[in-house]
Amino acid sequence: MDTISYFKEQLNQLPQTQPAALARIRQEAADAFVQQGIPATRHEEWKYTRISSLFNKGFEWPVNQSATAVGEDQMQALRLPGSEKANELVFVNGRFSKELSVIRSKDLTVLSLEEAAAGEFEPLIAAHLGHSSDYLKDGIHAMNTAFMQGAVFVHVAKNKIIAEPVYAYHITDARAANSLSLPRSLVYISQAAELHWVETFHTLGMQESFTNQVVEMVAEKDARLFYYKIQHDAPHTNLVSTTHIRQIGQCYTYAVTISLDGHIVRNNTHVVMEAEHGEAHLYGLYFLNGNTHVDNHTIVDNAKPHCYSNELYKGVVGDSATGVFNGKIFVRQDAQKINAYQSNKNIILSDAASVNTKPQLEIFADDVKCSHGCTIGRLDEEGLFYLQSRGIPAKLAQSLLLHGFTSDILEKIKLDVIRDYADQLISQRLELL
Amino acid sequence: MKTEIYQPEKTDRKEDLDILEQTVLNEYKYGFVTDIEADEAPKGLSEDIVRFISAKKNEPEWMLDWRLKAFRQWQKMTEPNWANVTFPPVNYQDIIYYSAPKQKIKPNSLDEIDPELRRTFEKLGISLEEQKRLTGVAVDAVIDSVSIGTTFKKQLAELGIIFCSMSEAIQEHPELIRQYLGSVVPVTDNYFVALNSAVFSDGSFCFIPKGVRCPMELSTYFRINAENTGQFERTLIVAEDNSYVSYLEGCTAPMRDENQLHAAVVELVALEHAEIKYSTVQNWYPGDKDGKGGIYNFVTKRGICKGDHSKISWTQVETGSAITWKYPSVILKGDHSVGEFYSVAVTNHHQQADTGTKMMHVGKNTRSRIVSKGISAGRSNNSYRGLVQVGRNADKARNFSQCDSLLLGDKCGAHTFPYIEVKNNTAVVEHEATTSKIGEDQIFYCNQRGIDTETAVALIINGFAKEVMNQLPMEFAVEAQKLLAISLEGSVG
Repeated sequence: MDTISYFKEQLNQLPQTQPAALARIRQEAADAFVQQGIPATRHEEWKYTRISSLFNKGFEWPVNQSATAVGEDQMQALRLPGSEKANELVFVNGRFSKELSVIRSKDLTVLSLEEAAAGEFEPLIAAHLGHSSDYLKDGIHAMNTAFMQGAVFVHVAKNKIIAEPVYAYHITDARAANSLSLPRSLVYISQAAELHWVETFHTLGMQESFTNQVVEMVAEKDARLFYYKIQHDAPHTNLVSTTHIRQIGQCYTYAVTISLDGHIVRNNTHVVMEAEHGEAHLYGLYFLNGNTHVDNHTIVDNAKPHCYSNELYKGVVGDSATGVFNGKIFVRQDAQKINAYQSNKNIILSDAASVNTKPQLEIFADDVKCSHGCTIGRLDEEGLFYLQSRGIPAKLAQSLLLHGFTSDILEKIKLDVIRDYADQLISQRLELL
Repeated sequence: MKTEIYQPEKTDRKEDLDILEQTVLNEYKYGFVTDIEADEAPKGLSEDIVRFISAKKNEPEWMLDWRLKAFRQWQKMTEPNWANVTFPPVNYQDIIYYSAPKQKIKPNSLDEIDPELRRTFEKLGISLEEQKRLTGVAVDAVIDSVSIGTTFKKQLAELGIIFCSMSEAIQEHPELIRQYLGSVVPVTDNYFVALNSAVFSDGSFCFIPKGVRCPMELSTYFRINAENTGQFERTLIVAEDNSYVSYLEGCTAPMRDENQLHAAVVELVALEHAEIKYSTVQNWYPGDKDGKGGIYNFVTKRGICKGDHSKISWTQVETGSAITWKYPSVILKGDHSVGEFYSVAVTNHHQQADTGTKMMHVGKNTRSRIVSKGISAGRSNNSYRGLVQVGRNADKARNFSQCDSLLLGDKCGAHTFPYIEVKNNTAVVEHEATTSKIGEDQIFYCNQRGIDTETAVALIINGFAKEVMNQLPMEFAVEAQKLLAISLEGSVG
């Protein structure tokens, strides 16, 4: 049976008891998914990333997943530092697990999407769920929406600063079979509230996994959002991770993506600035070895005047790894006085590594300051020589320079424990060189 | 452009019959047996038309086969739609694929040329005699599809340089044409190349033998004249070892209401230590203020640095056409070869331009430089789309790209789509781009010194584009600066 027929069958078996609004969004996505299928490299947005062949491996997505066998001992091994003071949201095979999750902040509301859509949050869900579909017109994104099961809605109350960060763990159980998981969440940050959100991905077992995750985040006026994504999963895991941030009032959002491991990793990071005077920061670092393929697609959509955005992605690509960057800045008509900056810098370490980059600008307003730049090269030979001439061995000199190169991004992480953790991961990677 | 929509509920049996009858008649009309005195092929494209063009030009068998192969490929292909431009679909059956200006005999000197044509040329400022006398530019003027005048040919011939029309070259230098035609841009490269290969009517051929430095700028003026005639020009320039040539191409077109299609192919071949400099000033009719009419310019230009230490440089000033869709490219195959691309693209009113370059680094120590300046005004859209590709074996490849956009007015758009693909860790690739408008302080500074706003804008734009203008040969640079100012008239204030 081909991929589409298999998933079509699974779609038909899904329970139909959801609130009408959810059912409608799911149905539209299901139609789009069946029609478009898995994107091939002919699809402009998937030009450099080949995922269609992955599905020949037959990823399973059982409709009725039993309460999983992931227990406390497994969780213990996955936990990020600082978890004892964090709110933990655990998704197992894409479904939110209430048992494993711990909510410590009283101003943080976490509900299943169905529960939220049936209650007072219904207008928020109707207005914001599925907004990312306007920006991602491909079968992979539609697939996540079509199969929304065990999705969560997170709400931060007005004027509340959530001191404890949220750690979201996405666990895929691939111990028995090639496994697919489709986690979905919608996060709403009310006026003048603040939230720190950290996302990680883990696969259990030696079979292959494919995680297709979507998180949509909405920030109201004066809200502050800090989002961190750390990808450090096994080399036989695949991931498409979409972070869609929507600024509906003048607010401040911040996103850092660190990618280290996996087979194929695709990150879609979007910021849609729908209010004047918004500010957005997007940072990314990919430090790759082996056969890892990491693809970062970003969109900054300036729909209203006076917005500011800054984007910096850095990559170190070794062995036969591939780094892909596609950054888009849109400036809509009449969105004047925009300042938007984008930069992508890459270092290639080996003969077999590749970097494909496409920093893209689409501008429809005249009074703007937009720039983008990208560089691809290798380590500065003069810098290496300088260090060696002062008695530092070549290996160490290389690792010092690379550490310096990556620290630009690492220091953007504002949560100390997470920054130290990421730094430690980078140091381990440097030792392997 | 008109599109016919099939409406079954409105057609009755009688109409069906009428259509049938017409079709039958049409087929007869378009059949292979065509009046040989005809100066125009009937509208539409079929294998018969390809045969007609080939027969009309007395081409040898191999050329006809080549055309037919391209035509059959074209039939299997579909029009590309990835460019950032929108236009109504082109009806390829509503185009006349061959038309020759009415002339009785092939002229031997300028005096024999139809005075009507001569007058048109003079209006465009291309007086053949004057150019001959004053500037030392050899002109191969192409009006519609047949080359009508070639000057300085003898002088060039003494050096062994061949500079003639493509049809002449097919007759007289078949071995060179067979060797190089389609070697850089294969017939199956894209939809428009296949179309051009099937029906190209004429063009220029230039061959610089070993060790010769061409003493003058070679130049061709293209012009669309007869209504409804698509121009399918074919240019091929071959520079042998240690040779140098600078080639100028300029375009002007008169006012027209209907959209006209221009799908040219330009191929450059540079052998060891050779250098080709190709400059274009493109000023096709851009359509009126409301975006009505104008030329569709879908051009494939590509050069190959085949030998070591060779160099190809593209310089273009694009001010015209309703739609420009072209990417002059360089394949850097020889070691130490150099590719350059300098471009100024100006769009105003409803013009759309999707232009840029491709630099494909294959050989070692290859270098490329891209400087692209886009200026958008009115309701126009201007896109830069470029590819820099460094292959696995292109050690120490070096690229620098710079694309700047200037926006005049709040209804226009500027877009940048740079593709950068690097597979070699010794390569160094840099890309930078900025988008901005003319600063009020700059205008104020000029106004203060008694320069009115319009002149100030022209000054600033010329400064913005200077880096590219400097690359143009003297004769073109003056013309191009005027063109920039004319193109942007009325877009400020």
